[in-house]
Amino acid sequence: MSFSYLNACLTMLLAWGAIGVAGLLRPRSVEFAGRTLFPLGAAVGIALAVLALSGIATPAERAVLPLGLPGLPFHLRRDALSCVFLALLGGASAGISIFSTGYFRKGEGALPGLLCLEYHCFLASMGLVLLADDAYAFMVAWETMALSSYFLVTTQHRIPEIRSAGFLYLLIAHVGAIGILLSFGVMQGGTWQFTFDAMRAAHLSPGWATIAFGLALFGFGAKAGLVPMHVWLPEAHPAAPSPVSALMSGVMLKTAVYGVLRVSFDLLDGLQWWWGLVALGLGLVSAFYGVIFAAVQTDMKRLLAWSSIENIGIVFTGVGLTIVFQGAGMGPLAALALVATLYHCLNHAFMKSVLFLGTGCVLHATGERNLGRLGGLIHRMPWVAWLTLVGVLAIAGLPPLNGFVSEWLLLQAFLFAGDVPQTFVNMLLPVGAAVVALCTALAGYVMVKFFGVIFLGQPREAGLAGAHDAGLVERLGLLWLAAACIGLGLFPVQVIGSLDVVARELLKLPAGGWGSEWWLLAPAAARHASYGPLALFGVTLVVVVLAALGVRGVYRRRVRRGPAWDCGFARLDARMQDTAEGFGQPIRHVFEPFFQMERELPTPFDAAPRYRVSVGDRLWTLLYLPLAATVRWVAEQVARLQQGRIATYLLYSFVTLIALLALVL
Amino acid sequence: MTTLGTATQLLELVCATLAAPAFLGWVSQCRAWLQNRSAPSLLQPYLGLRKLFHKDVVLAENASPLFRVAPYVVFGTMVAAAAIIPSMGTGLPLSMAADAIALVGLLATARVFLSLAAMDIGTAFGTLGARREMMVGFLAEPALLMVVFVAAMISKTTSLPLIAEGLTTRALALHPSLAFTAVGFTMVLLAENARIPVDNPATHLELTMIHEAMLLEYSGRHLAMMEWAAALKLLNYACIGFALFIPWGTSTEASGPQGLLLAVPVLVAKLAVAGAGLALIETLSAKLRVFRAPEFLATAFLLAVLGLLMHLLLGD
Amino acid sequence: MAPLPIDLQLLNACAALLLLLAFSMLSQRRIVNLVNLLALQGALLCAATLLVAWRTGQGHLYLSAGLTLALKVVGLPLLLHRLIRRLNVYWDAEPVINTSGTMLIGLLVVVFSFGLAQPITALASTATRNALGIAIAVILLSFLTMITRRKAMSQVVAFLSMENGLFFGAMSATYGMPMVVELGVALDVLVAMLVLGVFFFQIREQFDSLDLHHLESLKEGE
Repeated sequence: MSFSYLNACLTMLLAWGAIGVAGLLRPRSVEFAGRTLFPLGAAVGIALAVLALSGIATPAERAVLPLGLPGLPFHLRRDALSCVFLALLGGASAGISIFSTGYFRKGEGALPGLLCLEYHCFLASMGLVLLADDAYAFMVAWETMALSSYFLVTTQHRIPEIRSAGFLYLLIAHVGAIGILLSFGVMQGGTWQFTFDAMRAAHLSPGWATIAFGLALFGFGAKAGLVPMHVWLPEAHPAAPSPVSALMSGVMLKTAVYGVLRVSFDLLDGLQWWWGLVALGLGLVSAFYGVIFAAVQTDMKRLLAWSSIENIGIVFTGVGLTIVFQGAGMGPLAALALVATLYHCLNHAFMKSVLFLGTGCVLHATGERNLGRLGGLIHRMPWVAWLTLVGVLAIAGLPPLNGFVSEWLLLQAFLFAGDVPQTFVNMLLPVGAAVVALCTALAGYVMVKFFGVIFLGQPREAGLAGAHDAGLVERLGLLWLAAACIGLGLFPVQVIGSLDVVARELLKLPAGGWGSEWWLLAPAAARHASYGPLALFGVTLVVVVLAALGVRGVYRRRVRRGPAWDCGFARLDARMQDTAEGFGQPIRHVFEPFFQMERELPTPFDAAPRYRVSVGDRLWTLLYLPLAATVRWVAEQVARLQQGRIATYLLYSFVTLIALLALVL
Repeated sequence: MTTLGTATQLLELVCATLAAPAFLGWVSQCRAWLQNRSAPSLLQPYLGLRKLFHKDVVLAENASPLFRVAPYVVFGTMVAAAAIIPSMGTGLPLSMAADAIALVGLLATARVFLSLAAMDIGTAFGTLGARREMMVGFLAEPALLMVVFVAAMISKTTSLPLIAEGLTTRALALHPSLAFTAVGFTMVLLAENARIPVDNPATHLELTMIHEAMLLEYSGRHLAMMEWAAALKLLNYACIGFALFIPWGTSTEASGPQGLLLAVPVLVAKLAVAGAGLALIETLSAKLRVFRAPEFLATAFLLAVLGLLMHLLLGD
Repeated sequence: MAPLPIDLQLLNACAALLLLLAFSMLSQRRIVNLVNLLALQGALLCAATLLVAWRTGQGHLYLSAGLTLALKVVGLPLLLHRLIRRLNVYWDAEPVINTSGTMLIGLLVVVFSFGLAQPITALASTATRNALGIAIAVILLSFLTMITRRKAMSQVVAFLSMENGLFFGAMSATYGMPMVVELGVALDVLVAMLVLGVFFFQIREQFDSLDLHHLESLKEGE
C-alpha cells in the first residue's frame, strides 16, 4: 500500500502546528481565531481520528525525520497502540475545538491568537508523543506538551491562585519527566542508543527491569495523577479554562497511560507478574481516594478533577490486572483486561469532556464555580443540562451508556482472577473487584450530587435568573461528545473489534477468542457472559413508552401546577435545600479517617453564628510539606557555601586543585 | 430463541408486573397478623393504585421535564429487570442481552433517576431523601455485586438463568459460601427496599424517611407508577434471591410446557414463604438510626466478601 | 469435582459457621450476647467432634464431645452469666477503632490466614484440611477481639474463643488430639480462668470498675 498512514497522521499534526502559528497573524482578533482557526483544528482532529481508525489493523510503519540534533534524528513509528490513542486524541479534541469556537472571548487574560497557538501546539505535541520511537523525540514532545499546557493553565495569570496552581503543575510534571528520563536511561541497557528499537533488543536483568518499570510508573503516574503524585490535578484543572481542562483530563492523562503500556509491554521484555500488583494497588488506592474526595468538594471543577483521579485509578487497575495475567501466562485474560483498560480510556475521554464543557457553559452563564451558588439551571439552560445528563449517566456507569461497558469488561476480567496460580494473589484479586464495585457505586453518588446541585432544585442565588443557554457551536461540540458516549455504549462490538487488534499485537497473541455477534458482546463463549446493549435499551424504551402511553391514554386526568409541598412550614426558601457540603456529609462521616477536616462551630453565645468546614488532603501535610521542608533545609545547608568573601572562594579553588593533583598522583 | 423461551419471558414479565402489589399486600397481611392486628385485604395495594390513577396530578411550579419522565423510566427499568430474572423459567432470550452485572446496573439506573427526581423540586425533604438513598445505595450496590460475583464464580458464568440452572443440576451439596452470601443478600434486600431495620415503609415522620421522602412531591398517576415500581422492585429482589439460592422448581428448556405450568405454583409458594419470612424479620427488628445504616450495609458487604474468600479456600 | 460425602460437607459447614460466629463476636458490644455466642461455638465444636468420632470410629472422641457439651455449652456460659450479674457489667464501651474499621481489619486477617493455610493444606492428609485455614482465622480473629476491647470480661470471652479455635484446628487437621494433650490444654485454660478471676476481683476492689483503661494509671513517674 503506497499510502502511508504514518505520513498522513504526521501531516495532520503539522497542520495543527500551522494553524497554531497562523493564530499569530492576527493575535487580537477573537473572530479570526474563533470562527476560522478553531473549526479548522476540529476538522483536522476528525481527519486524524478517521485515519488512525482505518490504520489500526495495518502493520507498523516507521520514519526518520531530519529534525533534531546532528547524530540524533527523530524516529517515528505508528503501530496499533499509537493508532488507538491517536483516534482518542482526534475524536475528543474535535468536539472540544468545536466548543472552543464559541467559548473564548475577550478579556480572558491572554490574546486569542496566542491562545490558539498554545492550544494547537498542545494538540500537536500530544500526537508527537504517541508517534515517537526514540527517547529523544519522546522527551522533546513530552516537554512541549507540559509547557504548552502550563501556558494554557495560566491563561488568567493575573490571579495569584492560578499562578500557584500552574507552578505546582509544572513542578510535578518535571519531577515526573525526570523519572521518565531515568527510566529510558536504564532501559538502553548499555548500548547508549536511545532509540526504542535498541531498548526492545536490550536484555535487562530482572533487577534493572524492575527499576526501569518503577521509574516509568513513577514518572508516568505523576503525569496521570496517581496517588500520591496527584496533588497538582485538583489545583490545575479548576484553574484552567474549561476546554483546556477537558483536553487535559480527557486526553493528556491518557498519554501517560500510553507511556506505561508502551514501556511495560513493548520496551521491556521481561515482564514480571508482581509489577502488576503494584500498579493494581496504586490504581485501587487512587480510585478510592479520588472518589471519596470528589464527594466532599464544593467547587464543581475540583469535583470533576478528583473524579478524573478516580477514573485514572480504574485505568491503572486494568493495567495492573493485564500485567498480572500476562506475567502468569494467561494470555487471553490479559487481552480481555487490556481491552477493558483501553475502552475505559476512550470512554473517559468523551465522558469527562462533556462534563467539563458543561461546567464551562455554566461558568460563562453565571460566573459561579461554587456549588453553593448554583441550582435550578435546567430551566434556564436546557440544552446544556440534558447533554450534561448524558455525561453524568455515562460516568456513573449506568447501562446502556459507555461507562457501563468498560466496567462490565473489567469485572469479567476480575471474575477469572481466582485462577491465577500464586497463592495470596488469587484471593486478593477478587477483593480488588469489590473495591472497584465500591468505587463505581460512589461515582454514582458523586454524579447525582454534581448534577442535582447545579442543574436541579431551585436557584440558590437571585443572580442565576439571568443565565443564558449555550450558543449554537457550543451545543454542537457538546452534541458531538455526547453522541460519542451513546455510540460507544450501544455499539461496543465494533469498537472492541479494533481494540482487540491492539491487544493481540501488544501482548503477542494469536487472533480470535471473542464469541460476539454484531449486536451481542461476549468475551468468551456466549454461554459464559454476554451483553447486548441495543436489545436491552430497545426493550426498556418500548416498556417506558408503552407505560407512558397506556397510563396517559386510559387515565386522562389533568395536570395542575401548584407550590412545592412544605410540610406546613410556610417559609421554605431556596437556601434550605441541600448544599454541596450537606450532600457530601455521609461520605465525610463514613470515611472520616481519610479526610483532614477543620471545623468552625458556632457557640450558643455568638451574635452572628458561623459554621465552616474545610476538607483537606491528608497527603499534602503528611508527604508534601515535610518533603518541601527537607528540600528547604538541604538548600539552606548548601547555601552556607556562599560566604561572600573572596578569600573563601579562592580557598575553594585551591582545595579543589590540590585534590585533583593528588588524584592524578 | 425458542417459542417456549419467548412465552416464558412474556409470562414472567406480565405476571411479575401484575402480581407485585399482591406480594406487598401479603407482606403487610403477615405483619398485621404477627402484630395481632386485623389485616387489610390482600388486594388493598391495587385499590390504592386505582385511587391514585383516578386523581389529578399536582406538579410543583418549578418541576422540570426530568421530574415528569422519571416515574416512567423507573417503572420501565424495573419491568426490564423482571424480564431478566429467571423466576419461572431459565430459557429466557433477553438474558443473553443482560447478565447479572447488567441487572445490578439497571437497578442502579432506577435509583439514580429516583434520586435526581427527588432533587428536582429543591425542597429540604427531597434532597435529604436523595442524599440518604444514595448513601444506602453506595454500599448496597457493591454488596449485591459481590453476592452475584460469588454465585458467578461457583457457576463459572454471570448469566442469571445459567447460574440458576447450574445450581439445580449439581448434586445437592452444602455451600457455606452461599450461606454467607445469602445472609448478606437478605440484608441488602432489606436495605434497598426500604424495610425495617433500615427504613420504615409505613412512617409519616419526614426526618426518618429514606424512600418515602423521595416520593413526597409526586401525586396522581406519577405516584401510582412510583409505588408500583417499588412493589416490583421488592418482587424482583425476592426472585433474584430464589434464582441464586433456591432455584429448584423453575422450568428449563428440557422440561417443556409442563415444566412452565409447574413452575407457577412453585413460585407462588416460594413467594408466600419469603413474604412471611420478611414480615417476621421486620417484626423482630427495630429500625436503626440513619447513621447505623452504613454499618449494617458494611456488614452485608463484608459477609459477601467473606463468602467469596470461603469459596476460594474451601473450593465450593 | 465430585461432591464430598455428607459428613465432610457438614464439617465444612461447621467450620464456616464457626468463622461467622468469630466475626459476630468482633462486632458485638453486649457482653451477654458474647457469652451466648461462645456457647454456640461450643455447640458447634461438640457437633464437629461427634462427626469426626463417627467418621473415624475413635471412642475417646465421643467422651471428648460429651465433655465439650458439659463444659463449654452448659458449664462455662452459666458461670460467666453469673459473673456478669454479680459484677454488673453488661455493656462494653466503644471499642478502640470503630466497628467498620475493626471488621475491615478482621477481613484482612482472614485473607492472611487463608493464604497462610494454603501451603499447609497441600501437605496434610485429611479431607477436611481446608478447615485449618478457618481455624487459624478464628484464633487470630479472637486475638483481634481481645485487642480491641476495653472491659476485662470481653477479653476473657475472646480468650476462650481462641481456645475453641485451637481445638477445632486440631480436630479437623489431625482428627483429634491425644487425650493427654487435650487434658493439658484444658488444665491450662482452667488455671488461666482461676488466675483471671482472682485478678478481676482485685481490679474491681482497687478501681471500682472493670475498665482496663484504669490500669494505665499504675505507670511509674506519671
